[in-house]
Amino acid sequence: MTAETLAPETQDEHPDMNDMRKIAMWAFLGSECLFFGSLITTFLVYRTRVGEGPSASELFDIPFTSVSSFILLMSSLTMVLAHHSATRKDWRQMRVWLVATALLGMVFLAGQVFEFTEFVHEGLTVTTSPFGSSFFVLTGFHGAHVAIGVLLLLTTAFHSYSGRLRQGEGMNVEMVGLYWHFVDIVWIVIFTVVYLLQV
Amino acid sequence: MTTLNPEVTRTDSPTRGGLWGWITTTDHKKIGILYGGSAIVFFVVGGIEALLIRVQLAVPNGEFLSADAYNQMFTMHATTMVFLVVMPAAAAFTNYFLPILLGARDVAFPRLNALSYWVFFFGGLFLTVSFFVGGAPDGGWFGYAPLSTQVTEVVRMDYWALGLQIVGLASLLASVNFITTVFAMRAPGMTLMRMPVFAWMALVVNFLLLFSLPIITVGLIQVFLDRNLGTLFFDAANGGDPILWQHLFWLFGHPEVYVLILPAMGIVSEVLPTFSKKPLFGRSFVIFSGIAIGFMGFGVWAHHMFTAGLGPVAEAAFALTTMFIAVPTGVKIFNWLGTVWGGSIRLATPMLFSLGFIAMFVIGGLSGVTHSVAPADWQQHDTYYVVAHFHYVLFGGAVLGLLAGLYYWWPKITGKLLHEGLGKIHFWLILIGFNLTFAPMHILGLNGMPRRTYRYPEGLGFEFWNFLATFGSFLIAVSMLVFFWNMYRTWRKGEVAGPDPWDGRTLEWSISSPPPVHNFDRIPVVEHEDDFWHRKYTIAEDGTAVAVDPPPSFDFEPDENIHLPSPSFYPVLAGAGLFVTVMGLVYVPWGLIAAGAGAVITMWGLFGWSMEPLTREEH
Repeated sequence: MTAETLAPETQDEHPDMNDMRKIAMWAFLGSECLFFGSLITTFLVYRTRVGEGPSASELFDIPFTSVSSFILLMSSLTMVLAHHSATRKDWRQMRVWLVATALLGMVFLAGQVFEFTEFVHEGLTVTTSPFGSSFFVLTGFHGAHVAIGVLLLLTTAFHSYSGRLRQGEGMNVEMVGLYWHFVDIVWIVIFTVVYLLQV
Repeated sequence: MTTLNPEVTRTDSPTRGGLWGWITTTDHKKIGILYGGSAIVFFVVGGIEALLIRVQLAVPNGEFLSADAYNQMFTMHATTMVFLVVMPAAAAFTNYFLPILLGARDVAFPRLNALSYWVFFFGGLFLTVSFFVGGAPDGGWFGYAPLSTQVTEVVRMDYWALGLQIVGLASLLASVNFITTVFAMRAPGMTLMRMPVFAWMALVVNFLLLFSLPIITVGLIQVFLDRNLGTLFFDAANGGDPILWQHLFWLFGHPEVYVLILPAMGIVSEVLPTFSKKPLFGRSFVIFSGIAIGFMGFGVWAHHMFTAGLGPVAEAAFALTTMFIAVPTGVKIFNWLGTVWGGSIRLATPMLFSLGFIAMFVIGGLSGVTHSVAPADWQQHDTYYVVAHFHYVLFGGAVLGLLAGLYYWWPKITGKLLHEGLGKIHFWLILIGFNLTFAPMHILGLNGMPRRTYRYPEGLGFEFWNFLATFGSFLIAVSMLVFFWNMYRTWRKGEVAGPDPWDGRTLEWSISSPPPVHNFDRIPVVEHEDDFWHRKYTIAEDGTAVAVDPPPSFDFEPDENIHLPSPSFYPVLAGAGLFVTVMGLVYVPWGLIAAGAGAVITMWGLFGWSMEPLTREEH
């Protein structure tokens, strides 16, 4: 029994590192769903509690936010193109698309900074009302996720110059891609629930 | 069956000895021991806090502690026992045994595993530091707003909010790691349904952590911002809603209850079959009940809030779900009884603790069902009846179950058997002491003695039962001293265990005690549930087990090219950076400089990590 069950050819099954990283990333993103779910729920509880401060319909500039949302969604397209180039091992083109994705992300962040500044000028801060607290904390944490994504994208593009890391490169791009798409999808929910449904 | 594995000399280990070796280790077994050691140290700390509480309450109008000190004690006792004792003790067993039970050589991400431990370690240290800088957290372990948010000039609850945050981060990282380990690292033939029940329960626990921790993370962020940035999340005077905190806390907090009890259930499900010489009765039922508890655990949280005024519909709904969750739990109890029933029982210490677990957990479970009846709960809420209930499930349940695991796996971890006589003294003392401490609290609670109140007046009929409880708590302390003596004695002159002292059923008993650094010389190929038992025994036609003759030999050359993770300095560096960060955040605004420095250290750790080669080849 032992001789048969312990045949040496079955011994070399090292688990696939790439598979493991993908499982781990999916698990982490599952956890993130609950993170943003809790923040969005908090916002929904407080959406009308504006106290003396301005309300959602007085503040939100839907055309402006629509444009920045569109830019963020386009970054998912460039992310897919980067991943596609990586699977074809076209490293030069992969870098181009990675940097393009990062730039679109930065444009989105710049839009968010502009929007936050506008709101503060119109009298909404984190201390104005529960509406203000929950709005800024929710969108702020989303912005932080975008910023981390931009850093990951630029790091991946930078790493791709070093031949040592090239083996796992397609995988790195796929991992960053999973994260980036997730952050985009969360924004679709936020844009719908926080902006469109409140005006 | 003399040796199941050839001796492996320690010199070929990629992990170094000494303190530095422990600090930089990425070996899941060493990290498991670190978790276990930390849990024991914090158990002593939390135990002393409990004894101080009991001394204060031993007589009416107690003078021993001030109201302020008492508030710190009950807050820190609960915080310590939940987050720094039971969770890391379960993480210790999961770390040490999950890979071995699955037939793997390590967890999926060894350095992430080390990071989890160090983040936990620094989180525990951070919470402990609070005692020495102006007082420990004093707003209760569930930090109800506004208790956790109102006094912002005293930083105690900042320590609580940030401490729980990083201890939670450690568990989150670990849960990602363990889930990946289960799905990607099982030995050939180890299908999901062949996994030992402990591995199953660990999987359920880590899914619970994965999905419940982000909720408390958000809640704690909001508490912290309310305290330090002036946000209005829980500020009722300005439109905030303190009840939202209760929802967020208990939406995490109730799954957390199952995080605490399921590992013990998994351990007991391993111990009972071994000492009854029978397979676990209704094995797949036990597993699916565990999964059912995992799902239903997210649907019962508001039974902690029956007095918050949620309205009759919500209360009825949560009363029903709470009654329903008793069903899968009851299924397990009957399965354990069915396992023991008709077995050839050997009452060794691990078995005693497991049987004690069942008995105490049944009492705690039944008093739990009484809480599900909302009107009864209004009467019991915030009384000692609730204290009695959750100590029966968390001490009588989780702690006794974990101690069963400690006695059961101690010979595997150290190579030596704990002394049976002392073990039995420990068991009986702790069982009697435990019941003397907590059974009277049922009566006290039903007579109206409130929780979290530092003294009670004379003449209400509380004196005798309180004195009895205090006596019992010291009996528990004595029993733990017996246990510590047993550990020391075993370390000095314990009986050598050999690889398989209990006639075990699962893979950990097929390797030497303590296991070699690479766990398995050859990765096993699994063909059965309880695979190791099936290698030792065949089943005769009349259904009896017959030992395989000659005994199976596991005497083979180790594989060549075993990949083992290199030790790494970066996890502890990143953990230390996090410690500096949160220390700084307590003292906003000038502490932000320290927080920034800490963040830089953490980034340095993570960056160095990402540039470090993954494994180095040994052998």
